[in-house]
Amino acid sequence: MDNELLNYTLRIADNSLILGQRMSEWCSKGPTLEEDIALSNISLDLFGQANGFYSYASQLDGNKSPDDLAFLRNEREFFNQQIVELENIDFGNTIVRNFLYDSYNFLFYSSLKNSKDDTLSALASKSLKEVKYHLRHSKNWLIRLGDGTEFSKQKVQQSLEDIWQYTHDMFSMDEIDNKMYKLNIGINNSHLKDEWDKIIDETLLEAKLVRPEDGYKAKGGKNGMHTEHLGFLLAEMQFLQRAHPNAKW
Amino acid sequence: MQNNILTMTEEKFQIRIDKEEKIEPKDWMPEGYRKHLIRQISQHAHSEIIGMQPEGNWISRAPSLRAKMILLAKVQDEAGHGLYLYSACETLGISRQELVSQLHSGKAKYSSIFNYPTLSWADMGAIGWLVDGAAIVNQVSLQRTSFGPYSRGMVKICKEESFHQRQGYEIMAQMAKGTSEQKAMAQDALNRFWWPSIMMFGPNDSDSPRTGNAMKWKIKRKTNDELRQEFIDKTVNQAEIIGLTIPDKDLKWNEQRQHYDFGEMDWDEFWNVVNGNGPCNKQRLNHHKKAHDDGQWVREAAKSYAQKQELIAN
Amino acid sequence: MSENRTVWEVFIQSKNGLAHKHVGNVHAEDKIMALENARELYTRRNEGSCIWVVKSKDIISSESEDGEAFFDPSNDKMYRHPTFYTMPEGSKHI
Repeated sequence: MDNELLNYTLRIADNSLILGQRMSEWCSKGPTLEEDIALSNISLDLFGQANGFYSYASQLDGNKSPDDLAFLRNEREFFNQQIVELENIDFGNTIVRNFLYDSYNFLFYSSLKNSKDDTLSALASKSLKEVKYHLRHSKNWLIRLGDGTEFSKQKVQQSLEDIWQYTHDMFSMDEIDNKMYKLNIGINNSHLKDEWDKIIDETLLEAKLVRPEDGYKAKGGKNGMHTEHLGFLLAEMQFLQRAHPNAKW
Repeated sequence: MQNNILTMTEEKFQIRIDKEEKIEPKDWMPEGYRKHLIRQISQHAHSEIIGMQPEGNWISRAPSLRAKMILLAKVQDEAGHGLYLYSACETLGISRQELVSQLHSGKAKYSSIFNYPTLSWADMGAIGWLVDGAAIVNQVSLQRTSFGPYSRGMVKICKEESFHQRQGYEIMAQMAKGTSEQKAMAQDALNRFWWPSIMMFGPNDSDSPRTGNAMKWKIKRKTNDELRQEFIDKTVNQAEIIGLTIPDKDLKWNEQRQHYDFGEMDWDEFWNVVNGNGPCNKQRLNHHKKAHDDGQWVREAAKSYAQKQELIAN
Repeated sequence: MSENRTVWEVFIQSKNGLAHKHVGNVHAEDKIMALENARELYTRRNEGSCIWVVKSKDIISSESEDGEAFFDPSNDKMYRHPTFYTMPEGSKHI
């Protein structure tokens, strides 16, 4: 069970770290200075969450430190959802990706805070407050961009079409998920789907955007199957740790 | 004339300054005072904003979760400090938009230190320790500047920046006692950033024509050379403690002056970089312009959305 | 570059029971964004329990040249201050 719990915890930690890394790429590039700070704040929340979940994972692992887990695992050993590793491309694309994921993440933590595992439950409660704000932020921006200019509307509609395929896997259940769910440690992702649909549909309506048709459904992030983007992200993020294996920082 | 309460002469203004009264935005002030403030505050604001780039360069490669969070929080603070300063500057009747166009056109300057590249992780240490260290010496003295909004901004900035220098020094200390490669990186960073850091205080007082007025109006509270000396006196010992060598063979304690003597700065290089010919001048400005241009459609969308909302509300 | 954004003045209440205090401005297109931007910029270190934002152009300020007319007349009305009054020797709690 410990191995499965470790894996389950790493999935959560990896989601936070990888999205945090993506958000930190915005630093000094935001559309306004105020927004630059907002994007960094989201990134800092996510790194903080990652740190919390990696600390727990490190404890479960008994051997690797939180930094080892973040900086010394290879691409196929990362278990984050593919949606969080997608490149930023532009502000609208970032907002769409985050909105789709934040909506899920909000529901995920809302449910995980009832976990029978005290540590996961505590981490979820703390994260939930932050993610609530992230969702508020991405949702408000999606509405502004969707109902802004004709140009911005087209742009974010296109981003929605591009990213939609990565949303399905958030609700999938594999063996580990099922086991954790049965033990009341993890949650049933598929149970989040209706609530998620509701948030998405209501927001898209307000943003005057159209929900994309389901097409190809990307999957496998939680089992180490990734897009081509993740390798570059890790290469950059892990460079110092890899280049100086004996150094302390 | 004496009854004419609407006239306030330069003498009366100077009396207020001499009494250490703060000047507020709606108070009468000499045009030169306003201009000097706009130039100085906006240069300071632009420095915070452009200063995000050399450190931002390493956020994605920070070597630990802790280092990543600290560096991002620090660079984020710089954005915040830039905003506090733009906000103070706007009280003088100039818009942020205008200030940013002056930056883009080259009319407004920012601190030349940010035109040097950051080539290793140790540079994050050197920047925090030396560049923020130098900035803090200046900012602490500016808390007493005569213009109210600038002074209040400085108080807030100083309070927040106290961690910046410490995190930099911590990185340097850690690397200086690390592997031989790390120590070499730390020394190399000190070598590259030392001289540009002490030149951050600007030209020698004898070559600084505007210092006179700025001191008289108490916009500046200490001269460039006084601040530079203060910084050097503080820093020498910090370098010794962590076993790094400051790259100045003329650096030595002067018992009589009770200050460190130090070598001559390369003013040709200083003016070259100020005038746009430094290693990263173009890169830094282009980065800023690109972010600004890339954000245009977003700002337009937000504006258009806000206008629609207002129509609905009315 | 004629894209001036709306400027909002920000007031932060650091904790319940204290007055809101002016801290500076933010730029934002709409009021929700103004509030959020103020939150990001001025409460990064736990400084706030409540935020007000108000469009800068909606603030009415007295002019400094009116200062003497506005504020000097209260200088000589010392009878508004408790120390103005002579209390009998030995009286307490008043």
